[in-house]
Amino acid sequence: MTRDPALGGRWALLLIALVLAWPLLVLAEFKPWTLFDERSLRATGRFLGEFFPPRMDAEFLALLARETWRTVAIATAGLTLALLIAVPTALLATSRLSASTLEGRPGPSRWLRRAVRALLVALRSIPELVWALVFVRVVGLGPTSGVLAIAIAYGGMLGKVYAEILESADPAPTQALLCGGSGRLQALGFGTLPSCLPELLSYTVYRWECAVRSSVALGFVGAGGLGQLLDSASKMFAGAEVSAILLVFIALVMASDAFSRWLRGRLA
Amino acid sequence: MRLSTAAVLMGLLALVVASFVSLDLQWAAFLGPDALASMGRFAVGFFPPETAPAFLAKTGWALLETLAMSAIGTALAVVGGLLLALPAAGSGMPRAASRLVLNVLRSVPELVWAVLLLIMAGLGPLPGTLALALHTSGVLGRLFAESFENAPPAAALALRQRGVGPGRVWLFATLPQTLPQLASYTLYRWENNIRAASVLGVVGAGGLGQMLAYHLGLFQMHETCTVLIAMMLLVALVDALSWSLRRSLTR
Repeated sequence: MTRDPALGGRWALLLIALVLAWPLLVLAEFKPWTLFDERSLRATGRFLGEFFPPRMDAEFLALLARETWRTVAIATAGLTLALLIAVPTALLATSRLSASTLEGRPGPSRWLRRAVRALLVALRSIPELVWALVFVRVVGLGPTSGVLAIAIAYGGMLGKVYAEILESADPAPTQALLCGGSGRLQALGFGTLPSCLPELLSYTVYRWECAVRSSVALGFVGAGGLGQLLDSASKMFAGAEVSAILLVFIALVMASDAFSRWLRGRLA
Repeated sequence: MRLSTAAVLMGLLALVVASFVSLDLQWAAFLGPDALASMGRFAVGFFPPETAPAFLAKTGWALLETLAMSAIGTALAVVGGLLLALPAAGSGMPRAASRLVLNVLRSVPELVWAVLLLIMAGLGPLPGTLALALHTSGVLGRLFAESFENAPPAAALALRQRGVGPGRVWLFATLPQTLPQLASYTLYRWENNIRAASVLGVVGAGGLGQMLAYHLGLFQMHETCTVLIAMMLLVALVDALSWSLRRSLTR
């Protein structure tokens, strides 16, 4: 067997990477051996030991079912409200429907478009968990905070992506309609939407799937649903409840994944 | 076909209506005049942000800690993802088993992993880093396995016909062919992880999020505002960097 000619260089690269990683490891207090000292091993062992069997009595299962539905409902209601933000802002932000760009030079309305885009960036740049944290402080615990947090963060995200999808479509039909003197909404409905609709719908459904996952996370800050249940169960070291919730959660994510794939297949 | 499309739309509408009805949303608590006034007071209370040099330095360190968590988490995930992607791109039992593991790792979000790991590792950035690593291993492992399976087979076949073992075939044929794709997936996930790392701390797993939850919990609004600004700066910076990087790569 001949020696690998590139071997030396690869070892050198690996060494350099490790040297560069050192300050990062110190900064992140990366000490995985603390996982294996006696005390945390005992706590971990006791916690994991209770995982089996998961708690399965009727009362707990009913609670689980109710919280699972709440998780889905928070995601669905949040996404519906996000659409109320996203659709008008996307229409305002896209230059495709602007009559002044037809003449080749952007009119004064481009300042409005820029302002709307800046608003969308602002909505998007704060994660939904932080919105929820703030709302929970103002109005107290409950699903309303979760719904509003998803509505705001996802509204910003959807608005931006909708505008991009509208602008990536073939401009010719829309411009032809606008030049022919049709109104903007007509140009949108008959020129732009027919080619973009499948992509818009499938992106929305994909985001719904993401919203289900993040609505679980919102439960950790007190917005209700499976996350809140998981948070309180793990704080009480109730391993049997945690494992039951985790199983339901994994099943929920896989089900929403499958549902969204089926729906996207239908809509496309 | 038309009829079933209508049925699907009716089903979606029913889902939306049922969601709103069953949630018992407290709009009055948000949109009543009292609520709006208190919300306004709350928002005004954020300003001005705390700018004492000591606090700024603390925020800066938390920002660096967030970056370090995301970098190490992503690096660990590359290792974990590769280890799982190799059997997942193979055949038979190992393939099915490693795909199941990848699916479970992927479908549990970072934040849920962090809550579970807090019990085992205690408060601090370590559970956050490990949580990022676990979730990202699932995502990257699946993407890696797909690119191994889609790699052009000719080079691997040529080596195999000369009697080279499967490990070396992967190392000298499949890996070099897929390396650019693996690198771009990894960069994309790192970008995601920087964003995720900044909120992971809300459950106590270190970084900017932990500072945010701490100061917001004590109603220290000026400090909270500084941390929020640092978070937004970090996200904007990452967005701008990845945008310009992508543009220079695609041009």
